[in-house]
Amino acid sequence: MSRASLFVPLGIFISILALGYVGFSLDARDQLPSALLNKPFPEFSATSLLQPEVKITKADLLGRPVLVNVWATWCPTCKSEHEQLMRIAAETNVLMVGIDYKDIPQRALQWLEQYGDPYDYVLDDRDGSLGIELGVYGAPETFLLNAAGEVVYKRVGDINSRIWVNELLPRFQALKIEVRGQSAGSADG
Amino acid sequence: MDNLPRKPFAKCVAGIFVCLLTLGTVAAHAESQIDIYPFADEAEERRYKGLIEEFRCPKCLNTNLAGSDAPIAKDLRRTVYRLQVDEGYSNQQISDYLRERYGDFVLYDPPFSAQTWYIWLTPIGLGILALAILARLLGRARKQSPVQLSETDRGRIAALIEEK
Repeated sequence: MSRASLFVPLGIFISILALGYVGFSLDARDQLPSALLNKPFPEFSATSLLQPEVKITKADLLGRPVLVNVWATWCPTCKSEHEQLMRIAAETNVLMVGIDYKDIPQRALQWLEQYGDPYDYVLDDRDGSLGIELGVYGAPETFLLNAAGEVVYKRVGDINSRIWVNELLPRFQALKIEVRGQSAGSADG
Repeated sequence: MDNLPRKPFAKCVAGIFVCLLTLGTVAAHAESQIDIYPFADEAEERRYKGLIEEFRCPKCLNTNLAGSDAPIAKDLRRTVYRLQVDEGYSNQQISDYLRERYGDFVLYDPPFSAQTWYIWLTPIGLGILALAILARLLGRARKQSPVQLSETDRGRIAALIEEK
């Protein structure tokens, strides 16, 4: 045996360390792929939070790109992404749909009044059944749909300025969503 | 003699350890059975319990639906119950239902696909690699010619054996 081959165990050890380092630094939650990606958004019928007598269905989301955001008042990360959602609502013409997931409607209404309402529609999903249809396992989660109602992007976790610049903005432009204002300027916030 | 009195103590510690371990398992099992659902018969209940053991909780990464306290696991247990009892789904249909929504992740036994091939093939590849290395080492050992001893060496060995 040559002297160099004595270093083989050390090499194996270092490669195991490297594998562990890479493996543990991956954000496992981000890695979980959505089963809905590149598939049609499921058919649904949900009650509007703001007008409980109104039913909203998938037909209401067709014909233009839609950002579907799953949120709840019990979710601290939803609070932290709220400002970014308000900016997206102000600066783009994307249709914004909020799904109030496993929440108390009174609290949700209060939240929208207090922090602002970025959504065109808010769906009341207090028992989480629409969430299960969408494969939601936490909040916040966000889907981007094209005009045909297909899911082109899904994010588990908050929409922050980094996600906005790197992941949403290019997809918005690809879907020809009109972006007004200084979207790059709002990114470093 | 010196360590004789220590042994009952060690046995006692081991006994306590085993008891705690058993207790822990029993407690964990008791905890996982918090939802109470009515079933027509025991076979249906067993089927439900088998199903919730079989699927992975999407939120908690390393627990099945039966063993998780996460709200999503509770919701999915309720969904499995609804599909099984109210909708009359078969096990395969329930599995497909969850897979359509949560992906292969909910299955502990993922199918062979473009995303999962390396999970299935890595152990086989490593096995082949190990066999190749073993074959090479054996071949090399076989090729090695036996050591030729000189007369003086033989004499020294004989002397050493004699001495003993």
